[in-house]
Amino acid sequence: MRRQNYDGVVLTAPVSVPYVRYSQETAHWWIARALKQTLEVAGLAPRELDGFSVSSFTLFPDSPVGLTQHLGLSPRWLDSIPMGGASGVVALRRAARAVQAGDADVVACIAGDANRIDSFRQLLSSFSRFAMDASYPYGSGGPNASFALIADAYMAEYGVTREDFGRIAVAQRANALHYPDAIMKKPLTLEQYLSARPISEPFGLFDCVMPCAGAEGFLVMREDEAERRGLAYARIAGTIERHNAFPEDPVQLRGGWVMDIDELYEMAGCGPEAIDLLQTYDDYPLISMMQFEDLGFCAKGEGAQFVREHDLTIGGDFPHNTSGGQLSVGQAGAAGGYLGLVEAIRQVTGKAGPTQVAKARTAMVSGFGMINYDRGLCTSATIITGAGQ
Amino acid sequence: MTDKLLPPAKKNPQLRQRVPTLPPQMRSRAALGLTAAAARGAFCLQHCDACGTVQYPPRDACCSCLSVDLAWRDTPRGGTVIAETRIHASPDPFYRERLPWRSGLVRLDAGPTVLCHLHGDVGRVDPVRMDLKLDKAGQGVMIALPKERSPDMEDDPQLRSLTAHPKHRRVLITDIRSPATRPLIEALLKAGASQIFVGESESWRRGSDHAAIAALEGVSVMPLDVSDPSSLKKLAAEIGGKTDILINTARYVRPGGVLGADTVFAREEFEVNALGLMRLAQAFGPGMTSRTADGVNSAVAFVNIVSVHALSADPQYGAFSASQAAALSISQTLRAEFRASGLRMINVFTGPTDDEWHQPLPPPKVPPKALAKSVVEGLCEGLEDVFCGDVAKDLEERWRRDPKVLERELAGGGQ
Repeated sequence: MRRQNYDGVVLTAPVSVPYVRYSQETAHWWIARALKQTLEVAGLAPRELDGFSVSSFTLFPDSPVGLTQHLGLSPRWLDSIPMGGASGVVALRRAARAVQAGDADVVACIAGDANRIDSFRQLLSSFSRFAMDASYPYGSGGPNASFALIADAYMAEYGVTREDFGRIAVAQRANALHYPDAIMKKPLTLEQYLSARPISEPFGLFDCVMPCAGAEGFLVMREDEAERRGLAYARIAGTIERHNAFPEDPVQLRGGWVMDIDELYEMAGCGPEAIDLLQTYDDYPLISMMQFEDLGFCAKGEGAQFVREHDLTIGGDFPHNTSGGQLSVGQAGAAGGYLGLVEAIRQVTGKAGPTQVAKARTAMVSGFGMINYDRGLCTSATIITGAGQ
Repeated sequence: MTDKLLPPAKKNPQLRQRVPTLPPQMRSRAALGLTAAAARGAFCLQHCDACGTVQYPPRDACCSCLSVDLAWRDTPRGGTVIAETRIHASPDPFYRERLPWRSGLVRLDAGPTVLCHLHGDVGRVDPVRMDLKLDKAGQGVMIALPKERSPDMEDDPQLRSLTAHPKHRRVLITDIRSPATRPLIEALLKAGASQIFVGESESWRRGSDHAAIAALEGVSVMPLDVSDPSSLKKLAAEIGGKTDILINTARYVRPGGVLGADTVFAREEFEVNALGLMRLAQAFGPGMTSRTADGVNSAVAFVNIVSVHALSADPQYGAFSASQAAALSISQTLRAEFRASGLRMINVFTGPTDDEWHQPLPPPKVPPKALAKSVVEGLCEGLEDVFCGDVAKDLEERWRRDPKVLERELAGGGQ
């Protein structure tokens, strides 16, 4: 059956709570701050909110149910999206359908995570059952080691070099210098990228994100509601998600996007050439490069050539991760799965300020999450459009 | 090629000794199947009984057909490395002290891809032989080894951390009068043990190989009686801090059932075989468990030799079997108590040994040399349960299949 479009549903009130490296505050605290900000933008009181979608790794022992009482909300629609880097787009998909069907009038989609001293180690050691049984005991390198293995196989298969990954990291740092809330504030050169201390070969320090605390959020509502409140908004042209794609691949050289990307472009009625800016999930530059291929911007195996031929900065011919991405802004747990989407909403509504891409009206955002054992299992993507500046 | 492991330098007692830490030790119940296989040196993965799929990591249902009829079966060990990394940063205290650490992805000939430790001699595209070993946390882990044996391959630091190899280590063998002691000394020296202490009780008594053994290079005979706490205390004070491997060969055995037998012999059997083990562990355990991270000659294993009739009694050796069951039980508790340090408790189960006390039994019997070989193999491979000789292996298999049937057979009711 042909999927319904998302006509009449919009994304609005994007907010980012500035990240910090370590914080004593809890996930509840971070989520509350993002929620308060986004509701204030829309002029909504907490009690008026009737839909709530939450993504967080560090709410334990609470779930979003506990959060409703903790934060004094009485929603009639509640969702929990535990999909890490794929969370933003997946939350959007669920919330948009709820609003479209009338199950909720306004859904606040929020991701936030705490980062106390040592909490990252504890998260890694019990991240999933397969991680506990079959990856963490092997050197305890965490996702760095698991993705390093993917990078090693990918580089060997397609003749990719560290310089190629480095171009992505360097361009994102250049973007981050315009984003006031980025944790990384110093310029990065390709030489610095290449000579950084090794983390898990072939990865060096600047291939990896810095775990930190923070939150991101936005609202999903009907278009007429956004108009009535005078809010700038983005429309949803199409979305996809996929889990555990290609289980027979011995090592992950492609993501689940490959299965669904044609449908995404078909829904949106456009092709890759119509995309003004791309926000990929960048837990590693390698993963962004894989997305350039799997999202159709170049053929498989040509990601390295693609980054050599394009300028990925805000003013370049292929603006990518315009806020600096997680590589430069930091990875605030599940909020990392929202960072690109929230930035994209700002971009297509002309509200990105210092990172604004000129004439940006159509953005693609892709998500990638949950390295359960040897590969990321969740992929998602959306194309959103706005009126621009 | 692996660099040859050099003998450790003399330790400076002023310097801090490395405190034992463990690699991550929590596992799901399903994953303990790896541990059970590793403990006996098998390479087993989950096989689906319904569709035959071989799967990894361990699951609770088949990832092909959703059947829950999963069995751990021997699996071909071949595979190819498809990716490798050298980890330089880890938040885990155990690995932080051992970086860099190599791991890789291996595509098994049997199907699944496994993330595993990589031996230093293998890398991407190499064909490998997979092994399941117990790590310091006592959990089963995979390591990819060179397909063909390479010189000094056991010296690879990652492999060595998964075994209890005697090379450059100091060993205490508790009883000079055990027929296994002499071949044990020879096998251990051949495997590279740096020094061997041999315990001797009642040295005035005749019948020990004292002169010949004491004359061997690198061997010292010391007074030791496992039934005498003061002798244990004295010896532990003297060499407890340099005992890296302890092998308990002390044993008291008398034939006879329970009904007609004298409890004097039974008491002596418990005194030596069960309580002796307990006393040994009390005397040497604390010192050994504090030295498990102490470099090349760290404390690594406590070996107990036990009759396979610890699993199911041989009514012709009733009281002796009971003492062996007690020793096995004690060893299981010791294993749990050693766990936090990473000190390995190894049980070598043997069938009837070829000595005077088993004279009326028919062959096959275990020659002392074979027993010594099994002990050293257990150390070199890092096993927890070693079954030595055809009788022990046969009995183990029958015991796994059905303990009750085995009991009836041992009582003479089976054909």
